[in-house]
Amino acid sequence: MDQGPFRSASATQAPRRSSLSPQEIAWRLGRSRRDFLRDAAGMALGASLMGATPFVHAATAARKRKVIVITFGGGARDQETFAPEGQINIPHMLGELIPQSSFFTQVTNQGILGHYVATASLATGVYETLNNFSAVPPEHPTVFEYFRKDLRRPVSDAWVVAPSNGFNRIGESECRSYGAGLGARVVLPKHLLGAATSGSNADYGHLLRDNYETPLYAPQIGGGEFELQQLETILKLSVGDFMSHARTLSSPDELSVYIAKRLMQQESPSLLWITMHDIDIAHSGAYSLYVDAIRRTDRLCAELWKAVQEEPEYAGNTTLLILPDFGRDADQDSGGNGFQHHRTGDPASRTTWMMALGAGVRQGVVYDSPVQSIDLVPSIGAIMGFSAAQAQGRPIKELL
Amino acid sequence: MLPQNLQADQFAGYPPQARKLAVANLAAFRQLPLSFLPGLLREVIEYDFKFPAERSAIDKELANLSSLSPTQISEWFHAFSLLSLSSKLEHLDWIARPAQFVEQESAYLWATHQLDAFSRAATDYGDRLRSVLPVEPLPVRRLGIAVIGQGVASYDEPLFRNLRAHGTYFGKVKPDDGLELLLGEVEARAKSHPVPYGHWYVDGGAAARQSPSLTNVCYQALEPTRSNLLKYMQTEIARPGMGPEELRSDLARLLPSDLGMDKAGDAVLDRFQVRLFTEGSGTQIFSTTFAQWTTREALRRAQPLTLLVRFAPRQRQKPMNELLSNANANPELDPAGSLVDADMAAYYHWINQQRLPGAEQSSFLTWFEGHNQALLIAPTLPRGVQSDSAMDLKGLLALATS
Repeated sequence: MDQGPFRSASATQAPRRSSLSPQEIAWRLGRSRRDFLRDAAGMALGASLMGATPFVHAATAARKRKVIVITFGGGARDQETFAPEGQINIPHMLGELIPQSSFFTQVTNQGILGHYVATASLATGVYETLNNFSAVPPEHPTVFEYFRKDLRRPVSDAWVVAPSNGFNRIGESECRSYGAGLGARVVLPKHLLGAATSGSNADYGHLLRDNYETPLYAPQIGGGEFELQQLETILKLSVGDFMSHARTLSSPDELSVYIAKRLMQQESPSLLWITMHDIDIAHSGAYSLYVDAIRRTDRLCAELWKAVQEEPEYAGNTTLLILPDFGRDADQDSGGNGFQHHRTGDPASRTTWMMALGAGVRQGVVYDSPVQSIDLVPSIGAIMGFSAAQAQGRPIKELL
Repeated sequence: MLPQNLQADQFAGYPPQARKLAVANLAAFRQLPLSFLPGLLREVIEYDFKFPAERSAIDKELANLSSLSPTQISEWFHAFSLLSLSSKLEHLDWIARPAQFVEQESAYLWATHQLDAFSRAATDYGDRLRSVLPVEPLPVRRLGIAVIGQGVASYDEPLFRNLRAHGTYFGKVKPDDGLELLLGEVEARAKSHPVPYGHWYVDGGAAARQSPSLTNVCYQALEPTRSNLLKYMQTEIARPGMGPEELRSDLARLLPSDLGMDKAGDAVLDRFQVRLFTEGSGTQIFSTTFAQWTTREALRRAQPLTLLVRFAPRQRQKPMNELLSNANANPELDPAGSLVDADMAAYYHWINQQRLPGAEQSSFLTWFEGHNQALLIAPTLPRGVQSDSAMDLKGLLALATS
């Protein structure tokens, strides 16, 4: 809701400009992450490793390969995560996940830094330009459509779990050669809860928090017969049991992870995409709530990875990819207000990281080579054996 | 409509001083690219309601533009002229509604991957402008004070972590009468150096007192305005076809009188306060965000010589719909979370202060209210060290300003 980058055109401001180019700053951000990780988690450098990835030897297992993607809607900055002062907020990622992972320190997003449009870009491999605040489908085919069409997979094999109303169109593009009927099923846990409680949300308000990217505009939670059908026929969960369990949870992302785990048990999709959103409370300007959300997200990522190990359908054949959709503004950029937003387009807001772990992934390796967020879909295609024909990104060679 | 076709009568809808200013600088405006000019007009159209520091900056910027030859204008704005805008943008009424134009231009630049080029052009322009404008000496060293942690009995985590490298940490502060001592010193500075809007007291809760020598902004005193705004927002959100962008545009048009502010008030300050609520994100629901944003905007716009901000506990997090409905007159508070919010806000206070002229001579003090912890940044004090000296807040301020 505050100003965009235009204020810096006024002589009344005094932006402090670095002498480094945005590319150099992004590179340094990546280098810092690498150094932090090397110190904190004893990670090796990817450049020093030779030989082929385990994926090369795993072709025969491709049919059983499962991929889970977790995106953070609302990035977390280094000083609250990987930098020494932030590591207290991510004990699970640092102590449990990163040592098992290949970690990419320099993932840049050159597109529009709004959560829906950025997540759509992640899912299509193209920098989409759709209206961030409209519930419209992506223009280009999604990873779910490539996956299902190329590999002839049923609708039950690709699912999206997303917390926000606008994300209900993320599963399927408007591309004519893909599109209708070839996408993922999308479950919006808040919708489910809204439907289950029939508008009486007294005990569940904490799970129905809204899209913080527009904190002044909080669309009403809706819900209906379709969602309740999903609950009972697909998740095999009675309304009573669902509501009873929901009462034990503390945030929308906890609800999303609960639904995702239920989906893993009941449907075992090969491609599961989960969008977390609690961190975006940062837009309200309350730093303590932002940090609380980072800690919660850290815990939930580890919880989901633990579920992968415990589910027979997933254990040993699942690759988990975790990445924020983008970063947040740097404290020093006068066009922004630090952690609160991601509106300046500065290197800190465009540069983030990605963690890959599980089947076919080298453990304990850090890669500094720059990749783009639109490289995700072609990389998943390479892992699972489909072609992301219209994606503009390139497969990440360290995962091939 | 392009800038070269501008006519004086197109500024007829501007407030009197803004209109006079625009007409006087018409020749310069006609030479500027469309990617730049509406951003400038967005400032000019508000001229009548700007703080003195802002008016001075606009005057100097326009004087500089008018002094440039056509060749120099081409050179100064070359990067802006390379940006490609749509014909739809050209057809918008950017003269009468420059802010709306800028908002749509921003969306267009994002979508067409030109935002980075625009940001570079804007930063280069700002740097170049500052390099040619004279810097006037300040009458007194700038001073920022952030009082944090009201209502917190004890806190075990380290405070001021972001600021410690830049100043001296004091762990044996005598807290007695601390707020009173600080306010008294701020008032004394205001009396010694009377500058319009030059000395501010911002309170995120109930003000300790209203001081006539200071510019006072108080969250609790603005409760009727905030309440009216939240009611307005609830009504707007319920309207068919309403979306976040429409709501933002509606809010941007609100005036103090629309929110029930007294017409006999200070027109400049009243507009500023309305903008805090209509342009800020989270200021409507969290007092800590309000205090932080007010501090940032006061520093950016009014460039005060002194700014004391005191943070108060904000309400505990609830669903956004519930927060916006403002139904509970006595919401549950979150003092510990508010301390964390305010600690970060104090860091931002210092950063924003350092963006202003005279930064190398400015001082900054942050104090955990009622407790013995403080951090002081001053040109004469060492950085990244701890002091065991026992002194009261007046003593700390003496160090800050000596």
